[in-house]
Amino acid sequence: MTDTIQATAPAVPGEGGFVVRLDGFSGPLDLLLHLLREQQLEIADIPIASIADQFLKTIDALGLNEAADYLEMAGRLLRLKVQMLLPRHGEEEGWEDPRAELVRRLLEYQQVKEISLWMEQGIEHRAARLGRGYLPPAPEVPPAPLTFELLELLQAVERVISGIATPVLHRVVPRPLNVEAATARIAALLRERPRISWLDTLGPKPTLTDVLSTLLALLEMARRGVVRIVQPAPFAPIVIARESTEPIN
Amino acid sequence: MNPLNQLIEAALFSAARPVTVEELASLDPDANVADARSALDQLRETYDFNQHAIEIVELAGGYQILTRPQFAAALERAQLHVRTPKLTAAALETMAVIAYRQPVGRAEIEEIRGVSAGGVLRTLQERGLIEVVGRSEGMGRPMLYGTTMHFLEMLGLTDLTDLPRSDELTIALQPPKPLEPEDDDAEASVPAES
Repeated sequence: MTDTIQATAPAVPGEGGFVVRLDGFSGPLDLLLHLLREQQLEIADIPIASIADQFLKTIDALGLNEAADYLEMAGRLLRLKVQMLLPRHGEEEGWEDPRAELVRRLLEYQQVKEISLWMEQGIEHRAARLGRGYLPPAPEVPPAPLTFELLELLQAVERVISGIATPVLHRVVPRPLNVEAATARIAALLRERPRISWLDTLGPKPTLTDVLSTLLALLEMARRGVVRIVQPAPFAPIVIARESTEPIN
Repeated sequence: MNPLNQLIEAALFSAARPVTVEELASLDPDANVADARSALDQLRETYDFNQHAIEIVELAGGYQILTRPQFAAALERAQLHVRTPKLTAAALETMAVIAYRQPVGRAEIEEIRGVSAGGVLRTLQERGLIEVVGRSEGMGRPMLYGTTMHFLEMLGLTDLTDLPRSDELTIALQPPKPLEPEDDDAEASVPAES
């Protein structure tokens, strides 16, 4: 049977001469319909053997992952091809065309395609008629510009100021580093003991200014050779020692 | 123009969606649905007679003022209107299956189209064209899909009976489920035979 149909359908492609863009199809049924239409074949009498071969050849071009749906159809077609080749016993009666299910699905799918085309036209037609655009919710309206008299403004200022209990005024006093005092303190300490520690040089509850003043004083004294600054071991407390007997100050 | 006509014109103009005739009738405590209908007819005639650029269109169970088709191209050129992106063939086919078989599950859609439908269903849902209308009693209680009001609006249909009947299609295999009351009559005559 397939032979006769192949004879009437010389469009069967030769090697390499059959290029189909698969991404243009929306599924294996779409591709099958396309193959049938291209060769003007009846859906009801589908030449399984040749269509199965063409189908396989066509999906060859597609990556395996995307082709899962197509491969399933290829499997079905091959099974049908085998079933069609099996000898029929008891001819006509009781023989059920194995293609019946596929034919039913193809016809059904063709109907779906027809409706989808009708819908596409409907959407086009409707899209040509415009309704009022979607209105996004009104944005936050900025407050209306203030309108008031100078007197009202002054009264408002008065109200705000009267709310303050007592105006607390601060005078910002610059607190310069007091290196001289720090030097004097260190010298006094060294007069009593030959060696003192870094912490000794800082007075009780030192402020940041005290720490900086003391540090600068120490460095300056070390530069003058009055004291020697030693750290016996890494991270050990720093020891400040009297360097000379000459009067420090 | 009489006050009811004006009221209805105002309502149709201000609403950015189809308005039902019941909603229109409720605008005036003294008006009923029949009054609203005749007012709609008069408005429609006014627009047609005076060659207005807008018309009253029956859509998705209601009425809406829309521009006439011949202005679409000019409005789009002037970018006063942006066309929504077209649906893919897969989306259209899926929507077709759902429109005729609703409520329908994913498995049946995939069986008919021969491809998996997950992505397409999500797209259609995001665009508000289909929605989950229930769950099947079957294994795993899969979700069932149906079309939305927006689907009717987008296709310019009044209701689902506006879809082509099976006898209007060149391939008439699976007739859509009965949608019209007249089908009920037809069914009523069937039990007499059985």
